[in-house]
Amino acid sequence: MTLPTERAIEARGAARGSFLRRTLAVGGYPAFFLGPAVVVVLLLFLVPAVLTVVISLTNLSVATGLHKYRYIGIGNYAQITHSPWLVLVLKNTMIYMLSTLSLFNVGLALMLALLTAHLSGQAPGVFRVLWMLPRITPSVIYALMWRWFAAQPPYGTLSQILGWAGVPGANWMNVHPWAFIVALNGFVGASFGMIIFSSAIAAIPHDQYLAADVDGASPWQQVWRITLPRLRWPILFVTAYQTLSLLTSFEYILLTTNGGPGFYTTEVWSLYAFHLALSNYFGNTQFGLGAALAAVLVVLGLAASAIYLRLFRFGELVAAPKIEVN
Amino acid sequence: MLSLVVLSAPIILMYSWLLVASFSVRITGLVPHGFTLENWRFLGRALPNEASIWTTTLNSLLFAFAVGILEVLIGSMAAYALSRLNFAGRGVVLSSTMVLHSFPSVTLLIAIFLVLRFLGLYDRLAGVILVKLALDLPLGIWIMKGFFDNVPWDIEMAALIDGCSRLRIWWRVMVPLVKPGLLAFGIFAFLSGWNEFLLPYVLLPSQNSQTLSVLMASLASEERFADYGLVTAVSVFYILPAVLVFALTQKYLLNIFSGGVKG
Repeated sequence: MTLPTERAIEARGAARGSFLRRTLAVGGYPAFFLGPAVVVVLLLFLVPAVLTVVISLTNLSVATGLHKYRYIGIGNYAQITHSPWLVLVLKNTMIYMLSTLSLFNVGLALMLALLTAHLSGQAPGVFRVLWMLPRITPSVIYALMWRWFAAQPPYGTLSQILGWAGVPGANWMNVHPWAFIVALNGFVGASFGMIIFSSAIAAIPHDQYLAADVDGASPWQQVWRITLPRLRWPILFVTAYQTLSLLTSFEYILLTTNGGPGFYTTEVWSLYAFHLALSNYFGNTQFGLGAALAAVLVVLGLAASAIYLRLFRFGELVAAPKIEVN
Repeated sequence: MLSLVVLSAPIILMYSWLLVASFSVRITGLVPHGFTLENWRFLGRALPNEASIWTTTLNSLLFAFAVGILEVLIGSMAAYALSRLNFAGRGVVLSSTMVLHSFPSVTLLIAIFLVLRFLGLYDRLAGVILVKLALDLPLGIWIMKGFFDNVPWDIEMAALIDGCSRLRIWWRVMVPLVKPGLLAFGIFAFLSGWNEFLLPYVLLPSQNSQTLSVLMASLASEERFADYGLVTAVSVFYILPAVLVFALTQKYLLNIFSGGVKG
């Protein structure tokens, strides 16, 4: 339905001719409300996304400059598949994603949610805030704290603690780089799942546990038979969401091992793209090749999100407004 | 309870270590040697080869505030339109928002770099603010649309029948109703701006426009990394506002995740 007063206001506004009123008169309210967001996202998100694909088909690099590059078709993609590092980088990406996701983002998060669920008073809140700390700490500092924690003796805290048990000190991040990469990403990731799972657990009616108690079910059985089945969707959601963010997140690796120690020990796909395209040791950053690597990630990400959208019933989420007012 | 304390031990250890180290002459493992304020000298005079800490802090503050405020303003406008207005192309905008939100955005850094150079916004704070907005808005719009979806239609209908324009309704009726959610979201956006590293690192190379995160990265990578006292003190200086903002508002903030923010 259209309200007469509204039309009248618009007409009056158009006559007066201020910028705001003119926008309203031309594009209506949708243009006014959506305009700023659409312009920003279009210019600095959508255009770069398309540009990434275009660049990936050229040999653009610092050597060619912005004027002498040329179209090379799928040359960059061919180069990726022939790269001697492909297998290593793929393997690293899998290790990184699977271990962080299973051990921390879902595993530890679930453990924290279950453990805090049985506490009373202030305690659950305190632990939740404590576990949010890594998430709200600037990544640069968070990475530094882990480097200090793992540092060689006499500085490193871990070396000192292990020293009390008679273990010789070392720079632990160089000894077990993967353990640290997974743990330091996982300590940030765990809080997301923890909060989602905690609120899902809080929503389970308490009488179900009382009934189980009466029936003589052990705490373990209660978790297994009552709590976990109710967490199926939250777990799926966290897995889906975090797979996508792990696929493209390399910031903490960049700030700690930077792909090392040694040659490409902890180099994951997204970091590899970043190194090739924006911070090459040899000074010749290869935009084209880097963009091709990024484009592969984009395709993977889009495929994954398409599956998730189907899974989470996208149609219901975008149902049209109930009443048509325009 | 004990198992929780053991699991959380690394966090507790690392954060208390950081604080103690910033006031110590020297620290070996967990054992501090001597109290000093010398580590905090950077507050008074600039570090060698660096811009003044206050210029850098101002850049970070500007960046974080601009991101927080603009994300809420622009995002809530778009979210309102997507939640309440029926227009051609609504489905397209909505589904592309959803796709972009799950898009591996950092992979676009190369292209963003080129677009910013083209627009003449490379190495400008304003440019990085716009990039941050563009990358964060899809998720933000999605979250804020949820807030508006929760407001009963009757309220808006009543206002329409009383002769309010949609603009007025948005500002006078809807925004006040979802204010708690918008505030919580704004604080998260502020924190995310305050902490942002990769964008300023790649897109703001010059010293006068650097943010605290970029300064920290340069301190951490040089031989000055060995000067634990100084680097930990700058770390505490950088981390403190974020932790304070979070500590003061956390009750409020954690609700946003559990869907507890209601109009």
